[in-house]
Amino acid sequence: MTITDLSVMTLWTAATLYAIAMVAYSVRLARVADAKLTAKNAALVTVGAGAGAASLETAEAETSDASADVEAAVADPADALPNAPLPSAKPGAKAQGIGRATMLVGLMLHIVGVVTRTIDAGHAPWSSMYEFTITGAMVAVMVFLIVQRRRDITYIAPAVAGFVAFAVVSALRVWYRDAVGLQPALDSYWLVIHVPIAIIASGIFGVSGAASVLQVMRIDRDSELKTRRRFFGWLNLPHRAVKSSAARWLEAVPVPQVLESLTFRLNAVGFVLWTFTVMSGAMWAEHAWGRYWGWDPKEVWSFVIWILYAAYLHARTTQGWAGRRAAWLAIWGLIAIVLNFTVVNLYVQGLHAYAGVK
Amino acid sequence: MTEPDAASTPDQPASEQLAPERLKRFSVDNYAYPSAPRLGLRGWLRWGWRQVTSMRLALVLLLLVGLAAIPGSLLPQWPQDSAKTQSFLDNNPGIGPWLDRAGLLDVFGSAWFTSIYVLLFLSLIGCIVPRAIVHGKAAMVPVSSAPRSLARYDGRLEATSPLSTDEAVAALRTWAKGRPVWGWLTGYRVRVDERTAGHGKNRDGRPQVAVALEQGSLREWGNLLFHAALVGLLCALAFGSAYTYRGQAVIVEGQTFTNAAVDYDSFEAGRLFDAAWLNPFTLTLDQFDPVFDLTGRPVSFTAHVTYADPGEAAEAATIRVNHPLEIDGGKIYLQGNGYAPVLTVTDADGNIAFSGATPFLPQDGNYTSTGVVKIPDVTSGPQIGLVATLYPTAAQAADGTVSSVNPQSINPVMLLTAYEGDLGLDTGIPQNVYQLDETNLTQVLGDDGNPLVIDISPGQTVTLPDGLGTVTWDSLPRFVALDLRADPSLPWVLGTALAMLFGVAVSLFAPRRRLWLVLTQAEGDTAQDGDAQGGRTLVEAAALAPPHDEAAARALASALAVSAGLPVPRPTARQEES
Repeated sequence: MTITDLSVMTLWTAATLYAIAMVAYSVRLARVADAKLTAKNAALVTVGAGAGAASLETAEAETSDASADVEAAVADPADALPNAPLPSAKPGAKAQGIGRATMLVGLMLHIVGVVTRTIDAGHAPWSSMYEFTITGAMVAVMVFLIVQRRRDITYIAPAVAGFVAFAVVSALRVWYRDAVGLQPALDSYWLVIHVPIAIIASGIFGVSGAASVLQVMRIDRDSELKTRRRFFGWLNLPHRAVKSSAARWLEAVPVPQVLESLTFRLNAVGFVLWTFTVMSGAMWAEHAWGRYWGWDPKEVWSFVIWILYAAYLHARTTQGWAGRRAAWLAIWGLIAIVLNFTVVNLYVQGLHAYAGVK
Repeated sequence: MTEPDAASTPDQPASEQLAPERLKRFSVDNYAYPSAPRLGLRGWLRWGWRQVTSMRLALVLLLLVGLAAIPGSLLPQWPQDSAKTQSFLDNNPGIGPWLDRAGLLDVFGSAWFTSIYVLLFLSLIGCIVPRAIVHGKAAMVPVSSAPRSLARYDGRLEATSPLSTDEAVAALRTWAKGRPVWGWLTGYRVRVDERTAGHGKNRDGRPQVAVALEQGSLREWGNLLFHAALVGLLCALAFGSAYTYRGQAVIVEGQTFTNAAVDYDSFEAGRLFDAAWLNPFTLTLDQFDPVFDLTGRPVSFTAHVTYADPGEAAEAATIRVNHPLEIDGGKIYLQGNGYAPVLTVTDADGNIAFSGATPFLPQDGNYTSTGVVKIPDVTSGPQIGLVATLYPTAAQAADGTVSSVNPQSINPVMLLTAYEGDLGLDTGIPQNVYQLDETNLTQVLGDDGNPLVIDISPGQTVTLPDGLGTVTWDSLPRFVALDLRADPSLPWVLGTALAMLFGVAVSLFAPRRRLWLVLTQAEGDTAQDGDAQGGRTLVEAAALAPPHDEAAARALASALAVSAGLPVPRPTARQEES
């Protein structure tokens, strides 16, 4: 087995594990939501009729059932993460344990895949679209796990795991190219300054973007239908979908204020890193192309992304824009990042023609 | 704006007041009612300025700048690629001129883009100048004292401390300073007041120490620095665009270039730049070394040059991709390279009509290159034009087509087609050196009546039919395309950009919060009671911070622990409330 095969195989396995993690975390989200709804209903019954004891007991019985299963199954991953709280007596804890274990093992294999690719190529693993994607996905998982250590953000795990699995599979299926040497234009120390910061910023924006989407959905679920669009409110299908029982998993997501403070902190870090990305890109451009800013398509889109996140930071302190609209700006920022990486790389001609995709 | 003034005079007699339904009409200046209060010119100016500097307008302008930039990436742009823009116009005769007129083919130089960002910066300046003044004044004011009662603050904490009030204050002062290096960034300003417990009628006379800790001046300074640096960056860009210059020159191996506007193939300069300022140095391309791997992928390009300032000794230097040659006031970049075959053409009389190197434009990664040789100076007969395709490593496929399979000149072959007639150079209209104007030319045909295609290798001489003359391929040197750039604003751009980065980081990460700790000596703090409760001082603590500052609660808990003589608690994974 060559090192190339090893890299590709570990990456495929990592993508599979991420997909499993996504399913497990989704199951956990559904369990938590059901438990919360049951508790809510029980509380309503208790308050309303004063006879909710039976249903409360049922809810408790279910919870303890689940926690009994957990103790054995989760022992392993709990050992791997000593600081993580023991998921005992919590709904969906078994699924969460599976999710966390697969995510961690997936990340280990992912790291092996990226490192072997680096050895294979003999340069930093971000000189082509394939390499950028696998490295960026790895950083997104790392960002998630690092934030997870500081605060419980398991509710965005399905989005992160799903997105990363999708990214790695696309990289392997669509953008894969054999490792080759660096082209002269990329042979610069700026490659190890400019690009990794861009990758880390993208990873952070990816995680916070997922939280922003949840924030908008949660705001819509909590808000009355038809209040925002008075006459054709019934036509507002996204809002109806979010209000429907199919989206009751949103109950397991924290209230919008909690999501807002999470996305703000992530976006603040991301914005500073993105500012650095644009700046270091300008310095590299000055070295390589003789101008620090030339409105090359990639530069235009980096500028648009910077503007969108700057607008987000301003919007969240502006009356009438804070909350839902600010969250939308952050989502548009993430969309612009994805467009900048896909459409601009593949369909727009410019100087950043390093995708390695013909 | 005038409404509240008119309505907020309830004490006046009813006769002087206007009917309530009429009042609404005074929201704009209405001269039909002479007695109505008016904005006046100054009022309107103030109103206009308020609109321009409002955050909402700034936000809209910010989004507009982003939106307006997008067409600049999707449509070809004159300053970025004029050839592509011209061909776009040629291919879209319908909508093209309209897009051009609307400025969509030069977005970043268009009037509307300029007006958006000028308004945005106006709004920014109008926003930060008053804020800087307010903040400057606020920084002079000492920390405000802790409120009389902390009861109304959410997240209020209480503890009993075994320390005396003095010890607790000392511990808090030490903690508030923060770590040595980061202290000036993360430390608190401290104010300690000695007062009596309770307030109003409930003042009970017990001595109390109120500690107020404030953090956050830095956040605002960072914010102001960021915005001021943005304005500085814009000024640096304007300065740079006025004084910059850029020239492109194609130099064949062995040739020398002199830094003068006429010696450039193209030369652009800022409005305030004088071409006489150019330092007339000379640059000779001694050798150009491209390195390719076995599959023909480029590995490195190195141009070995000799550089000489006027009146000084020449010195050898190299120019590589990503490694420009730094010269006095500017940099020389290696932007392109290719082959420049040396051909010698004799005319019908046998005189040498042309001899020299002609740069050929590479068309693909294997340097299949095309070029045009124009020979106007014939002693007799028609003028000659040659259109040539060069294959550095020619290989013939089974169907007879020739292609280049490697960028190195391993088996160079050129295919020539010849034209005779009038090249059109005498009309005085500038021509593209890489194209032949065929209007007054006829293609030279072969014996079979088809256009003649001549196959030539280095060192060979071929004779053109009809007694036109001969073509000799002498050698195959390489050429480089160099780009010389000078921009005196670069240090300013870098400086303001770094200030921006630093400012934004401080403004986003430096916290802004107030912590208050009120220390009261426990009642009957004598030996027996104090020991029984395990505390000599009652500590009450509360924090004031923006809602996103979740760390404020942790900081408060830490401060409380410190005042109780306990170690600062370590942060643990937080469970979200939902």
